[in-house]
Amino acid sequence: MEINDFIANFADQFENTEASVFTPETKFRELDEWSSLLALSILAMVDEEYDVQLKGEEMRATNTIQELFDLVDSKL
Amino acid sequence: MILSFKPMAFIEVKNVAIRGLAACVPSTVVCNSDIYDKKWSGYDNFVNTTGIAKHRNSSKEICSSDLCVAAAEKLLSDLSWEKSEIEAIVFVSQTHDFYNVPATSCLIQDRLGLKKECYTLDIALGCSGWVYGMSVISTLMAGGTIKKALLLAGDTPSKFCSPDDKSTYPLFGDAGTVTALECCEAASPIRYAMYTDGSGYKAINIGAGGYRNPVTQSSFEIKNHGEGRDRAEIHLEMDGESVFVFGISKAPKAVKALSEQYSINLDDIDLFTFHQANLFMNEKIRNKLKLDEAKVPYSLQEYGNTSCASIPLTLVTRCAKQLKNQKVKHIACGFGVGLSWGAMNFETDSIVVSDLLEL
Repeated sequence: MEINDFIANFADQFENTEASVFTPETKFRELDEWSSLLALSILAMVDEEYDVQLKGEEMRATNTIQELFDLVDSKL
Repeated sequence: MILSFKPMAFIEVKNVAIRGLAACVPSTVVCNSDIYDKKWSGYDNFVNTTGIAKHRNSSKEICSSDLCVAAAEKLLSDLSWEKSEIEAIVFVSQTHDFYNVPATSCLIQDRLGLKKECYTLDIALGCSGWVYGMSVISTLMAGGTIKKALLLAGDTPSKFCSPDDKSTYPLFGDAGTVTALECCEAASPIRYAMYTDGSGYKAINIGAGGYRNPVTQSSFEIKNHGEGRDRAEIHLEMDGESVFVFGISKAPKAVKALSEQYSINLDDIDLFTFHQANLFMNEKIRNKLKLDEAKVPYSLQEYGNTSCASIPLTLVTRCAKQLKNQKVKHIACGFGVGLSWGAMNFETDSIVVSDLLEL
């Protein structure tokens, strides 16, 4: 699992945020476009792309893309 | 004798057919736009995501059993079935008349005026409840001695949601349904794939009120759990994100497992009726299975998530014409609280569908 692929998949869920904004350090909850619906889209992306089923509390404990990547990676 | 090993809980029931469906909802319509205007912001986001514009709330006097009994009276009349012919009723609900004692199905036997030679059973399941209830009642009938039976599935979630919790209250609605079944040698088989994962029970639960955590005075204290989420321990608590991941991963897998086990070509199925959770989740499930929109009915826009009533309510309110006039191949899938889920495959042939009742 590559962080760059993960970031691309993560960025794909956004409509109004430039792909260049997303780095491993991005605090995604602070992005203007972040919403509860986007959280669901990210959870669905993780399920579909990586066949990993995250719990709500696990997802809520992450703040940066790197942290979310590490969480998903730990379940592969 | 050699027993074949099956890695999952598959069940195939022969000789039992669905003959009719009916549903009853409370007459009080709650518009989520009104609630959002009064209490919260972001109605447009809410309705675009969940699809749920309205739901029905029962008054203090109306219980799940009342909605189911009204539906049953109407369906028995529309079917021209004699009450004396009914030999079993199964009642699926998480909102019983009494706190545990006695079982509501016993009261329903009397209220419907059924004979005493009647098997009754309560099943405490929610979103998977209709599929589980069908598996129980059809298996009971497969022996051939019980000829006619009713599955009553209904819930009044409005009574256990905090009106000040936007993660539950706007989503759920009240409804009662009845499914009439008959023993029939020519019936096509009903097939089930059933599952449970109790490790996820906290995703949808009511904290206080059983014997594990009896109600105390503090159980009624309203506490804040984030913006727009005020509730007490006696209220339903839902972790929407966990439920979402559960639904989009397990429901498609259950449908696939069922179709593989029984060599069902999904292209041959006319109707895929899913538990009505919310539009965003249900559409993910539909897309994962690559199902044609026209074959996947929704009633959640008008009635919300009606727990165990959602599948039959959707069939009654969205598919009545098709069900009344045609032979229809179905897949239904319920998923949720437990965590519990199951998928089933069955056929109906020009069944009786009563007009929706209001109480």
